[in-house]
Amino acid sequence: MKKIEAIVRHFKLEDVKNALTEQGIHGMTVTEVRGFGRQKGHTEMYRGTEYTVDFVPKVKIEVVCADDNLQTVVDTILQAAQTGQIGDGKLFVTDLQDSIRIRTGERGEDAL
Amino acid sequence: MSKHRLITLVAGIVLLSAVGGQAFAQEAKKSAEPAEAAKSDAKKADADQPPAEKAAAKKDAPEKKDAPEKAAEPDQEAPPDEAPAKKDAEPAKTSEAAAGDEAAAKQADEENADQPAGDAAAYPSADEIADSLVEKADEIWSTDVAVDTLWVLAAGFLVFFMNAGFGCVEAGFCRAKNAVNILGKNFVVFGISSLAFWLVGFALMFGDGNDYVGTSGWMLLGEDNSPVMNEHYQGVYSSLNWSGIPLSAKFFFQLAFAGTAATIVSGCVAERIHYRAFMLFTLYIVGVNYAVTGHWIWGGGWLANKGMWDFAGSTVVHSVGGWAGLAGILILGPRIGKYRDGKPHAIPGHSMALAFLGGMILWLGWFGFNPGSTMGISGQGAYTVSHIVVTTNMACAGGLISATITAWVVMGKPDFSMTVNGALAGLVAITAPCAFVDVISAVIIGVVGGVLVVFSVMFFDRLRIDDPVGALSVHLANGIWGTLAVGLFASTDMPGGIDANGLFAGGGPGLLIAQVIGVVAVGAFTFIGSLIVWWLLNQFGGIRVSAEEEMRGLDQGEMGMEAYPSDAVA
Repeated sequence: MKKIEAIVRHFKLEDVKNALTEQGIHGMTVTEVRGFGRQKGHTEMYRGTEYTVDFVPKVKIEVVCADDNLQTVVDTILQAAQTGQIGDGKLFVTDLQDSIRIRTGERGEDAL
Repeated sequence: MSKHRLITLVAGIVLLSAVGGQAFAQEAKKSAEPAEAAKSDAKKADADQPPAEKAAAKKDAPEKKDAPEKAAEPDQEAPPDEAPAKKDAEPAKTSEAAAGDEAAAKQADEENADQPAGDAAAYPSADEIADSLVEKADEIWSTDVAVDTLWVLAAGFLVFFMNAGFGCVEAGFCRAKNAVNILGKNFVVFGISSLAFWLVGFALMFGDGNDYVGTSGWMLLGEDNSPVMNEHYQGVYSSLNWSGIPLSAKFFFQLAFAGTAATIVSGCVAERIHYRAFMLFTLYIVGVNYAVTGHWIWGGGWLANKGMWDFAGSTVVHSVGGWAGLAGILILGPRIGKYRDGKPHAIPGHSMALAFLGGMILWLGWFGFNPGSTMGISGQGAYTVSHIVVTTNMACAGGLISATITAWVVMGKPDFSMTVNGALAGLVAITAPCAFVDVISAVIIGVVGGVLVVFSVMFFDRLRIDDPVGALSVHLANGIWGTLAVGLFASTDMPGGIDANGLFAGGGPGLLIAQVIGVVAVGAFTFIGSLIVWWLLNQFGGIRVSAEEEMRGLDQGEMGMEAYPSDAVA
């Protein structure tokens, strides 16, 4: 099994979710994060004082999939989340040791 | 509770009871003896005069009954409503028949007391007095008194609710981790003000005494026959005898103002003050400082005698709060991280939504603050009150627009927090002159205030004086500007009853000079007094939270709870 962490723009969340569910992925976890890559922050002004905001708000989607499904899932996310502008985000793939459904105790790909 | 705290608590309660008990006993004794004589005097005087009072106070005299008695008072002085200004109206000023009757009645009563049996036939019996009391009760408690009281109480409720406005603005301009502490300060401040002002503040401010301080009328127990007015008033709160409402209404309205001064301080010291230090300081600012300086201007004291005017309190309320807050900021020091590498660092507020709500509540509340200071609305009062509503609103509008534009030009964006500050600046600036100026002047005063507040915010930051919510720029800077504006724009043509013209109205520099004296005197007394009290509080217990607590947030450290607890924890 593989775990995919995709950091995407806020307004792309809905598109990614719909694309994944169409592909048969029925579970995911979403967190609000802040970060930066090449998309720099920006300066804001508060009561006459300038300050830079380096960290940009993004959304992180975590999805777990079977090994043979990996390429499909990655392509789905890439296509749905892309705009072509700097700041589209990044996607990370890691090996997952195990996955367990808490209700029934099923393990492995049965738990996905 | 630790032993040390327990002892302090018990000592405090004992001390308070001793002081309170003393004052109560004194007042009870004092009011018991002359009360009888004074009451029958008042009733006798009223038996002769009440319709005349009412007639003098109203333009629509025909509606009042007892025309013949009215005719007996041809030379009543100018209607009180045309002079609602807060100058001390000396009760003994008149040389009319009224005084003569009163004096005769008083003397007669004293003689009567000595020789009860002798001249019984010449004086009313106890039964007759009782009957006339019932008869005359309606004449004292007229519709006008009811309307005046209703207006002043309603205005007082609006001013009271400004505490909610300040709470929202302050919490919105500060970080979420300190929200409960800030809201807590704004909530308790009115409770503490209520007690301090009731116990000693009101008497110090409005009780009869000398040029510098009131010395009578503690705990609202002083002799008083409100709503009887002017020369017929008998009691120890003479400085308020120009208003025809009951004492409790006068007290509540003035209390709301005292509470406002105290709550201004909470914005200045936000995000780093110990809760208990703020509560103790409130006792001082309301119980002592506000009352004493207020006595000088509204209690018939020396500043009023010098010709200084402050209609609704740019100096009495706002600059007092501002000076006290400045003193606190200087002793406290800036928030951690506010000034780094020699530059101010932005610490953005956590909720402009709250700030908006707060600003709106304050704007609404000011429609009680300024117009309510007429402490009446019947007769010509309706004109005065309405005029003040308009000048107040226009100054606010001028202030918020000029502040927005100034921020846009100087800072690059129409900073919403500056818009809110600008609105409040206009309101503070018009507070002193509201009844004395026309609408055009009001707009100008507000516009200047809005520009002033923006530059003032930047000025204080440059001096590394950390004011999280701009309270100094709104209340101190514009409190001073508003007071001086009286000296520039005031006109005797306006309904406020001022007796001198400002510089721009052809009155020369006299009024302006009086205003400057007032600003300096109140400023010096308040700033130095507050500095001493803050310093003392800092010596005995400390007023600033630890660095650790400041980082974690005062909600956790001071209050033991969070404003926005995360659901995951529950």
